[in-house]
Amino acid sequence: MNKLGPVITVILAIVAFWYVAAVPMNVQETLTAAERAGVAVTPDNARARSEAGRWSLVFQNLDALGGSWSVDRARLPSPHQVLTEIYNSTWDEEVNGRRGIVNSGSFSNRSLVYHSGVTLGATVLGFLIGAGFGILLAVGIVYSRTMDRSVMPWAIVSQTIPIVALAPMIIVVLYSIGIGGMMPKAVISAYLSFFPVVVGMVKGLRSPDHMQLDLLRTYNASKSQGFWKLRLPASMPYLFTSLKIGIAASLVGAIVGELPVQRGGLGARMLSGSYYGQTEQIWAALFVAAILAALMVAIIGWIEARTLKRMGMAV
Amino acid sequence: MSVIEAKGLNLTFQTNDGPVHALKDVNLTIEKGDFVSFIGPSGCGKTTFLRCVAGLEHPTGGTLSVNGMTPDEARKARAYGYVFQAAGLYPWRTIGRNIALPLEIMGYSKSEQAERVKRVLDLVELTGFEKKFPWQLSGGMQQRASIARALAFDADILLMDEPFGALDEIVRDRLNEEVLKLWNNTGKTIGFVTHSIPEAVYLSTKIVVMSPRPGRITDVIESTLPRERPLDIRDSAEFIAIAHRVRDGLRAGHMDE
Repeated sequence: MNKLGPVITVILAIVAFWYVAAVPMNVQETLTAAERAGVAVTPDNARARSEAGRWSLVFQNLDALGGSWSVDRARLPSPHQVLTEIYNSTWDEEVNGRRGIVNSGSFSNRSLVYHSGVTLGATVLGFLIGAGFGILLAVGIVYSRTMDRSVMPWAIVSQTIPIVALAPMIIVVLYSIGIGGMMPKAVISAYLSFFPVVVGMVKGLRSPDHMQLDLLRTYNASKSQGFWKLRLPASMPYLFTSLKIGIAASLVGAIVGELPVQRGGLGARMLSGSYYGQTEQIWAALFVAAILAALMVAIIGWIEARTLKRMGMAV
Repeated sequence: MSVIEAKGLNLTFQTNDGPVHALKDVNLTIEKGDFVSFIGPSGCGKTTFLRCVAGLEHPTGGTLSVNGMTPDEARKARAYGYVFQAAGLYPWRTIGRNIALPLEIMGYSKSEQAERVKRVLDLVELTGFEKKFPWQLSGGMQQRASIARALAFDADILLMDEPFGALDEIVRDRLNEEVLKLWNNTGKTIGFVTHSIPEAVYLSTKIVVMSPRPGRITDVIESTLPRERPLDIRDSAEFIAIAHRVRDGLRAGHMDE
């Protein structure tokens, strides 16, 4: 646990910077609220203030900035506001809310627990499709010269198209042929997550050196024996590394897929937050997404550690 | 009976810098039960010749037969075990499972695998290390495990390509003794690539001296040493005389350039 100290230091530095940054970011709203409460601010009308620079407003009104960290609909909500929002939209909503799981028996559609579940479902389904497809492609690329030459360039091109541009088209096309619900989002997730798996797996399957391949030739081993006994086990460390990247990409894909659909999910929360100026809601959804990604990467890391240990390759 | 027979063997590699003559007009006969060392500076084709015998390289001229077959047929008939410069054990398999690898590939039954693994571990004095992973063993022990792997199936030819090149001299002496003992016990035909003169003289019944550019045989020395060879035989006059002849052969190869 010797990582704890540095991690906490970095977190404290970020939080400190965040609180400082909230002052100039929210200065307009803070001063307007202060003016309404009867405090004298310079300049004394909102129009003049909107034309003034943030920093000059800060320095002209140093004693009227007390509200910087509690502004409603702040441009940059402060950390404790975001944490409160996360608490309110998870624990409080589910335990005390009328529609929460305690009172209604199902997750509230206003809670981040529910929306995380929606996103998580699409993420995991998309990741499984993407990883499976990626592994198959990698095997094809390693064993077939034709595939090596034809598939890899397309795989690379596929990742150069901005997913934000592509996602609505995928959704429209899939909806029009009757595929709705979780599937279109999962397809976008798969689209983003197959690529790191292909790249990592190709590298891993090609990692055995000449000597090890020659050794199998001296045994007159078949191609499938070479795959199962040498190439596949040798690729495991590479596979897990790319699975970690893949699942994070998969989450991004699911969120992007939720933006145009607006039927729940963290992406939908982020977009509705920005429609209604609910910055705290955006930040809360963002934080929950980050926590989800960290958890999923940690789970894969745990499986990796166990698998490699069983294989005698613990690092 | 000759086990390996090369007649007018040539091998030219086509490289970007033009053709490289790796083997030129190599004639050699190896009898059953021989221990043949190939010695020479790097680039003399000693490893290439061994790889040709193994069917891993293909000669561009001449004929080569192994057990009366072409090298490829011999490879498919699993006529030889090959020991590489590095042990090349799979890090994800225990020593026992590494040794069982060729047996799995060749379709031996589970019980036969277990029995053979035990036998060859005993042969290379690694009994008790079956459940260890390669990284838990020293370099010398790993190389012994790789020899055990080559002995696990019934090939009567053992090809060894500088198997002890990366080990220190103390370990090397011990392994040389063990290889001799193994050869005495099993009666296998051994082809052994080295660049150490004492190693070649100590181990071999026949020493093939080679020289580079183009790779060719400059001398073939039949050893007069007895089959029983304690380590101190290396101080005998006979040993020193043979070593001298090997050194002369190596020098002559260099003078030609």
